[in-house]
Amino acid sequence: MTTSLRTNRSIPTLSSEKIDVRYVAKLARIALTDDEIERFGAQLGDLLEHVDSLAKLDVSAVAATAQVVESRNVEREDVVRPCLDRETVLEQAPQRQGGFFRVPRIIAES
Amino acid sequence: MSNPLTERSAAAIARDVNARTLSAADVADAVLTHIDDVDPQVGSYLTVLHDRAREVAAQVDARVAAGERLPLAGVPLAVKDNMCLTGTRTTAGSKILERWVAPYTSTAVERLLAAGCVPVGKSNMDEFAMGSSCENSALGVTRNPYDVTRVPGGSSGGSASAVAAYEAAIGMGSDTGGSIREPAAFCNLVGFKPTYGRVSRYGLIAFASSLDQIGPLTRTVEDAALAYDAMAGHDDMDSTSIDRPLEATAGHLRTDLRGVKIGLVKEFATGKLDAEIHALYEQAYRDLEALGAELVEVELPTADYGVATYYLIAPAECSSNLARFDGVRYGLRVDGADVHDMYERTRAAGFGPEVKRRILIGTYALSSGYYDAYYVRAQKARTLIAQDFERAWKACDFIACPAASSPAFQFNAKSDPYSMYLMDYYTIPMSLAGLPALSVPCGWVKPPGGDRPMPMGLQLCAPLFKERELLGAAHAYEQKTKHALTHRPLIADTAAPSGSV
Repeated sequence: MTTSLRTNRSIPTLSSEKIDVRYVAKLARIALTDDEIERFGAQLGDLLEHVDSLAKLDVSAVAATAQVVESRNVEREDVVRPCLDRETVLEQAPQRQGGFFRVPRIIAES
Repeated sequence: MSNPLTERSAAAIARDVNARTLSAADVADAVLTHIDDVDPQVGSYLTVLHDRAREVAAQVDARVAAGERLPLAGVPLAVKDNMCLTGTRTTAGSKILERWVAPYTSTAVERLLAAGCVPVGKSNMDEFAMGSSCENSALGVTRNPYDVTRVPGGSSGGSASAVAAYEAAIGMGSDTGGSIREPAAFCNLVGFKPTYGRVSRYGLIAFASSLDQIGPLTRTVEDAALAYDAMAGHDDMDSTSIDRPLEATAGHLRTDLRGVKIGLVKEFATGKLDAEIHALYEQAYRDLEALGAELVEVELPTADYGVATYYLIAPAECSSNLARFDGVRYGLRVDGADVHDMYERTRAAGFGPEVKRRILIGTYALSSGYYDAYYVRAQKARTLIAQDFERAWKACDFIACPAASSPAFQFNAKSDPYSMYLMDYYTIPMSLAGLPALSVPCGWVKPPGGDRPMPMGLQLCAPLFKERELLGAAHAYEQKTKHALTHRPLIADTAAPSGSV
């Protein structure tokens, strides 16, 4: 019924260039082995081929949906409410120092 | 050996505990003993809460003795391990949270406890709920109680196997693209995903926030209704939680479908499935008709794009949500030369392959230059899918279709990631549209290479917020067909050593 109206093969296909897994992994902050880069590269390429089918949908006049059900900005009175105490939260820290989370050096020594 | 107490419905347990002809403590003891007996073979639980269950059961008995009437008094509950319960290990099936102990309780769990449930264990799941077989858990193997060579489905596989093997009466699941409905179908259960926003997600470890929804897995529709009534409703701790009046469902279950129009989806015609499975769904539709429903054909022309749409949107959201696992505040940390090295090593060691794949695809789809081509296009396809349903609702009250295209498959049968993604073909469109949908047992098939009959699920879907009507219709179908009662789980009657399975 409406499929034919929406199908428009003149729409450019999505990017079919090879995914640069090393670069994406850097963005995602995940260290990958060479073996993983090869395997994930092939698998992600395969998935992208499948999702390329979306290029067949004419979405030029369609609004994007971020969330289906009614949503609106939710506000509440700015009053203090009980929350987890600091000690409870810090108990789960991989490393702590006093009342702080301890992390490796962030700023290089000059 | 199995104890009949463990096999009773949540409704029956609550009735007798409220009447004080049965104690929550005795139910908890029976279930815990049964878990100790069968769980080495099934693997439903990552953590069994022996002490906590006995403690809560005693409190339930005291509350009932003091005159409280609790809708789920003494009902043993399996909590999926992506839901927080104060003081219990909550792993999301991941090494990155293997030793994390929840410092608070999720709203949905809290409400079930308030209604009298007794938490007996934290159930296994695909890591961060990404999967359809439970095989992506980094922490344990879960088997299908109807055939231990097969998967229980996923991602809520541990809750499904627990309820199927009588290790709980209610299992909590979370459903992002089918993670309640598919394991329910695989394990001969009712699995119900309410409208997006009906159940608070506060305390649920996020996967894809615009899709995640909590719901119950149970052995009967009535139990699903009782569980839903207890856990649903607005919560100001979840800003996506729907603030509109809640209709109780449990007292409104139907026994016929007179005056109801049920849509059969043209694009979901089952002729392309195995002949035996096709015949089973044809029979299911005839049974709906025999109950008084009028069957009409509806079209969901964009539904075929559901899987492609979902596998851009869900990974995009997960890549953002899982950025919080960085080794700083909680969970695993692997030391590195500097903070970036620490992040990369921590996430490399903490996440399994499926989670890495999804984070990578999501990061790619959101990255500069690809955002419009992938993510925004998928969001627009999502709009079209939701509009398809809107049109369909002009012609029908519910949609009926398969919950999954096959019964539970064997371990390692879906080694190609995309073949696993296709398991959610029938459940994803409803998730993208935010609609309430459930799976109810609809018969048995003997899968190729298997010598045991395996259950199949009929999926019923309703317009937004029509939970009462949906559960009512499912109840009518369940009461007429009683497919769930045809076969018993193999595991329930065996106390053999694990070496024999």
